[in-house]
Amino acid sequence: MDVILFLIFAIVAVVCAINVVVQTHPISSAVSLIGVMGSLAILYLLLGAEFIAAAQVIVYAGAVMVLFVFVIMLLNAGAEVRRGRSLMVQLLGIPLLISFLGLVAWFVERIYPPTARVQFGGFTGGTPRAIGQALFTTYLLPFEVTSILILIAILGAIVLARKEID
Amino acid sequence: MGSFFVITVIKAAIVFAVLMTTLAYLQWVERKVIAHIQVRPGPYRVGPHGLLQPLADVIKLITKEDLVPSYVNKPLYLLAPFLAITMALLSISVIPFGPTIDVAGHRTWMQLTDLNIGVLFVLAVSSMGVYGIALGGWASNNKYALLGGLRSSAQMISYELPLSLAIAAPLLLSNTLSLRHLVGTQAGAIWHWNVFRGPFPQIFSFIIFLIAAFAETNRVPFDLPEAENELVAGFHTEYSSMKFASFFMAEYANMITVSCMATLLFLGGWSAPWPAEYGSNWVPTAIFALAGVLALYHGLHPARRRDRLTLPVFGIVFFGIAAIFQLAILQSWLLPLFWFCAKTGAILFAFMWVRGTLPRFRYDQLMGFTWKFLFPVAVLNLLVTAFLVALVG
Amino acid sequence: MMSAVPVYWFLMLSAVLFALGVAGFLFRRNIITVFMSIELMLNAVNLSFVTFSYQLKQVNGHLFTFFVMVVAAAEAAVGLAIILTVFKNRSTLNIDEVNSLKN
Repeated sequence: MDVILFLIFAIVAVVCAINVVVQTHPISSAVSLIGVMGSLAILYLLLGAEFIAAAQVIVYAGAVMVLFVFVIMLLNAGAEVRRGRSLMVQLLGIPLLISFLGLVAWFVERIYPPTARVQFGGFTGGTPRAIGQALFTTYLLPFEVTSILILIAILGAIVLARKEID
Repeated sequence: MGSFFVITVIKAAIVFAVLMTTLAYLQWVERKVIAHIQVRPGPYRVGPHGLLQPLADVIKLITKEDLVPSYVNKPLYLLAPFLAITMALLSISVIPFGPTIDVAGHRTWMQLTDLNIGVLFVLAVSSMGVYGIALGGWASNNKYALLGGLRSSAQMISYELPLSLAIAAPLLLSNTLSLRHLVGTQAGAIWHWNVFRGPFPQIFSFIIFLIAAFAETNRVPFDLPEAENELVAGFHTEYSSMKFASFFMAEYANMITVSCMATLLFLGGWSAPWPAEYGSNWVPTAIFALAGVLALYHGLHPARRRDRLTLPVFGIVFFGIAAIFQLAILQSWLLPLFWFCAKTGAILFAFMWVRGTLPRFRYDQLMGFTWKFLFPVAVLNLLVTAFLVALVG
Repeated sequence: MMSAVPVYWFLMLSAVLFALGVAGFLFRRNIITVFMSIELMLNAVNLSFVTFSYQLKQVNGHLFTFFVMVVAAAEAAVGLAIILTVFKNRSTLNIDEVNSLKN
């Protein structure tokens, strides 16, 4: 059951991620990226990270990507013009990518023996309570620093979006 | 394991059927309420008091020509209504309608499934709902639809903040994210409901929640994405037949969801306003009996010739319902269900009442209202609640 | 044991997504798509964090993911504001044409 769920959503994630890269129109890429994020949220649930799964959908898919879609709609961005790539890129790009991935897979398999397995319900420490506890005790300083970061980001966005800039 | 599966399938079928019927009849109720606010009878021709009007509407929408304009972005154009209706219906699956119920030796909750992050799940699913509108508006390749989609994405991002903050405050009082336990912490009496409960009654966050919910569901006075006198029909201008119906149903399903959430978060879910030993069991009987008496009185009144047959029949039906509420076997689950439906229905009525009363906001007023007023008030409310909970608890 | 997924499958999925993000970042010319490829890479890293958290039975990985999400949200706000300004001044989204420092 877990294997089937993993395979379904892993394949959806990979297909959507390929779509992000190959689609020429930004809005198609954005919709595919939402697909990646949604399937990753379900994989998080499989790993027992229920709070992170909810935050993934609320923050990433529900807020960040809405912002992207909004900007694409606002700018009415058209499809990207395809440029002819050099022959070397076309010939070497995909084999290099695949060999890089094979190398990574080999390393990962060496480090993690196949006895280490993921089962739904194997880890239940990802509840909002556990995360809140860690966030406000161990990670209090990073938490406060991120709040300042967000404040700066808001100010920066407002300054950039002002009309007088030229 | 097998019985669990069967029970879940049966529950899903029941919830789906009831939800679809409610969606169809909510439209009828809304037309009737607005008609009576404007002193006219509303739908009256199809069936007694227009009761078969929803059926006629459904048949009309299904049999209409399903037009796909030639210049649209086809995949997204087809995806958008599907996305809107799926996200709208999905959140119903975690909403509890009542306590446990015993059927044929099996004890089960009146809820499809309980998540320990139920509140977050509803928030997540509803935040995905904006894509249906935004993508529909963009893919239609029409300037009015695009404007409607743009407005709606900006509006829904903006109003999601006060909505989430208003939800966070009662959660501090109840100390759980599971919708089922949320009701358990408010059981007993009306002063245990989060909206009235100490140390800080959540009346402000209830009001903020309702205002933000109006905006999230694109209802009057915040229905700028489909403002018909400036944008034709907004984001669904180019949609027809069942695709249009999907958007329409999504709006009403979202209304039901936010009303259920308001009931669960602030109004104590299915718990009665005062304990049963002081006679709260008699309230549904009294209400339905009163409705029956009123219907009989008006039906037998000589001046109302049209309703001579229908209103007395309604009256008898109401008396029958009133009698059912006194059956001891059914009371254990019928009463909680009644209170849940009554509270949700009251909020839904408020939606229609506001639609019949208030004019539409201007766009800059809409944005200024949330960023300059609603959001600061929600933050302040959350801060005060957190301080008081920390001091008292 | 048949019903359990090996841990390294998750890590490989994360590596594949990261590689696709890098490919998008390098090959695409639309500034918004480049930005989305960065988000894809961040998501891939998040999956690794959560998987390690499962492997070590600790909640710390979830918190790293949480911080990455917060930073990504802040980055998206500023980044999209920059994109809006660039588009306002040059009316193009092609990163090859935003080159006034070079010429």
